[in-house]
Amino acid sequence: MVKYAIQRIIYMFLVFIVIMLMCFVLVRMLPLPVLPPEDPHTQVVRMRREAMGYNEPYLVQFGLFVKNVVTKFDWGLSDKLYFGQDVWSIFKQKLPATVIVNLYSIIFSIPIGIFLGIVAALKKNTWVDYTISTLTMVVISVPSFVYAFLIQYVFCYKLQLFPFVMEAGENWFSPAMIRSMVPAVLALSFGVIAGFTRTTRAELTEVLTSDYMLLARVKGLTLPQATLRHALRNCFVVVVPQIFGEFLGILAGSLIIEKIFAIPGVGSLTLNAINGPDYNLFMLSTAFYTAIGLSAAVVVDISYGFLDPRIRMGAVK
Amino acid sequence: MNSKTEFPKIPKEKFAFVSDKDIFLDEAPKTLARGYFGDALIRFKENRSSVVAFWILVFLVAFAFFAPVISPYSLKDQDKIYTSFPAFVPFFAERGMTFLGGARVYDSQNDASMLYWEGIAEETDMDPVIDVIKTYETPAKRRGEDIVRYTYDIRVNAYYALGNVYKVLSYNEFDKIQAWQNETGIQVIYPYVHPRDIRDIRNNPNLWYKVNEKGVAEVDEDGDFIPVYATQKEDEGAPYDSLRIEGDDGSYIYSVKKSGAVQCRVNYYNYYRYQNGHEPFYLFGTSLLGMDMFCAIGMGARFSLIFAAVVALINMTIGIFYGSVQGYYGGAVDMALDRICDILSGVPFIIVATLFQQHLAQKVGVVPSFIFAFVLTGWIGVAALTRKQFYRFKGYEFVLAARTLGASDKRLMFKHILPNAAGTLITSCALVIPAVISSETALSYLGIVDLSSFAGTTLGTLLSQGNASATTAPHTILWPSIFLGLLMISFNLFGNGLRDAFNPATRGTEN
Repeated sequence: MVKYAIQRIIYMFLVFIVIMLMCFVLVRMLPLPVLPPEDPHTQVVRMRREAMGYNEPYLVQFGLFVKNVVTKFDWGLSDKLYFGQDVWSIFKQKLPATVIVNLYSIIFSIPIGIFLGIVAALKKNTWVDYTISTLTMVVISVPSFVYAFLIQYVFCYKLQLFPFVMEAGENWFSPAMIRSMVPAVLALSFGVIAGFTRTTRAELTEVLTSDYMLLARVKGLTLPQATLRHALRNCFVVVVPQIFGEFLGILAGSLIIEKIFAIPGVGSLTLNAINGPDYNLFMLSTAFYTAIGLSAAVVVDISYGFLDPRIRMGAVK
Repeated sequence: MNSKTEFPKIPKEKFAFVSDKDIFLDEAPKTLARGYFGDALIRFKENRSSVVAFWILVFLVAFAFFAPVISPYSLKDQDKIYTSFPAFVPFFAERGMTFLGGARVYDSQNDASMLYWEGIAEETDMDPVIDVIKTYETPAKRRGEDIVRYTYDIRVNAYYALGNVYKVLSYNEFDKIQAWQNETGIQVIYPYVHPRDIRDIRNNPNLWYKVNEKGVAEVDEDGDFIPVYATQKEDEGAPYDSLRIEGDDGSYIYSVKKSGAVQCRVNYYNYYRYQNGHEPFYLFGTSLLGMDMFCAIGMGARFSLIFAAVVALINMTIGIFYGSVQGYYGGAVDMALDRICDILSGVPFIIVATLFQQHLAQKVGVVPSFIFAFVLTGWIGVAALTRKQFYRFKGYEFVLAARTLGASDKRLMFKHILPNAAGTLITSCALVIPAVISSETALSYLGIVDLSSFAGTTLGTLLSQGNASATTAPHTILWPSIFLGLLMISFNLFGNGLRDAFNPATRGTEN
């Protein structure tokens, strides 16, 4: 098991490096932004570009890039949006907003999602189940920005309960800030709740009809006992890895929700880097999103093996 | 029966052929043959929600294809003034109905602004005020006396409320409008009012009466407006020989000179009729750019649907081929090809889309490069699905039999194994289309790709324009959202229905 995990992680790194190389070459092939002639930083940026190895073969450039990242954790300077500033420090500033908003949303929505899923599975084929399942289906189908608009219109404009966009500043735990985050948190939560409801319901209905549940009932457990001790534990084999994946995903956040509610997070930063275009910033975002995507997959995969002894990961036949 | 029973010898002649002429064959089954797809269809029909979703889907697709045809407008008709205007149908508006009557709510209107609406109604004969929703009474003090101030929440017909606008027309245009007026009897040009007569207010062409310095009408003893139309013949921009308004004894002038052209006050509603040959007719209102929403949603959705279908088709083709090779040959080939999938699927989609836009959009156009972006990673899902199906079926006896009979690899793959995977693949296609539409919409909403130069407009563009004016004109975001939401829901329901229908494991489990 541990061996398998190590293998997976090493493999993940290889994939990561290949992806980075591809993106790196594609980004370096793009025409460079023209530097403003009067700006005092222009000279600095030009020298930086020399140092980054422009005019050298791409592989040499990539080598330099990797060397800088590994030895100094230096991702380069912004050459458009935050002219002359270190991109990693900008990125670091933007991270808390994304993480906090997503964290709130997950903390609320995972328990709600699991609870609704359990209710729907236990009341299968009753109106409770139909209502929950239909709502889940609707929320999963409709793109998140559509209900983000709805939330913004109803709660922020009609009822005027919350401000339209997130409060500026970095005072993350002030009441005004928390209040201004509510619409974004709501918009993010719907999707997560629906996802967990669907997984839990599907898994639990399957577990509830399995033979060992019957055996548990036969040996004298009441239905709640059997459900709690046998069904839920087995159902969580699937749900818990999803929770892990979700927690990694909070770093990535949602580009669209961040744009709609003007959250000053990494999503907005990435969008700006794309529209800038600001290549070094974009490169950092690429690395970030790729790393999160890959590691979430690995974490989910490995956690299956740790959670459920019946699953032998990477075992030889 | 005990097999050890010994039979006494039976003489040969006791045996007789049952028949020595007829050949007995198995009787042909009298039941109807039910094929794989026929069976799936029957089971699909039993799933009521999917059938409903299917019909909604048909309706939405029909809407996307026919709305631009039915609509009197095209996307090129972008009215400069009717932007983000509410839904308007003349039939309802003339009867003063709020539904489809161009109604917009104006709150806290005081008596002065009510007088302003009245002024428009009196001059243009089109009363903008539809109804008063609520009246507020606030006690106040003026010069030591207790008075009651009234404020109103009213519904106003936004099209009528626009009233008159200043327009600079060429001499030729001016004459043409006069000719049109004579022909139809509809007053477009209204007598000019000098700003100096309305206390130098230059930005309000709806004042035609005596006003105080705040722009509020000063009425005479009977409560009537006092007209201050211009009568100075020497200011007249061009001769006017057409309809004159009521109460004009021929002395009013209808235009003034303005650097080689004439400036006049035109009633925008009637000017619109003159320009377009019909009254405004906006079933869903207008967009931020003054397009007819009905037409724009249709066009946007049509683009999205065709785009998604093309992407799905390409993805299916590549994915099926790739997955077949992977699944059929297995082993080292499978390993090698799988690594390619791993790498490609690790790149976040937004990064792919951006890089393709930056590199290819200028060379091959926005839409092809966007298609490439979707195809680059989109086929992986289909390939994985095909691969799985191949692994499942390639060990079956019928494959072995075909191979023994000398079928080639190609024939085995595409004639014998692939048809078994058809159901699963069709289902995945039905679920790929909404996913593509949703990411396409998201990316055009975010402005990462700008498809509007090619497609005229897209749902994502409409949504992002609507987002800007959501508070003042909720319809601009409501209709695209509803359309997109319904489309997604019905596509997914339909896809789920297909999946259940094609899945042999669920056969007979219903009820």
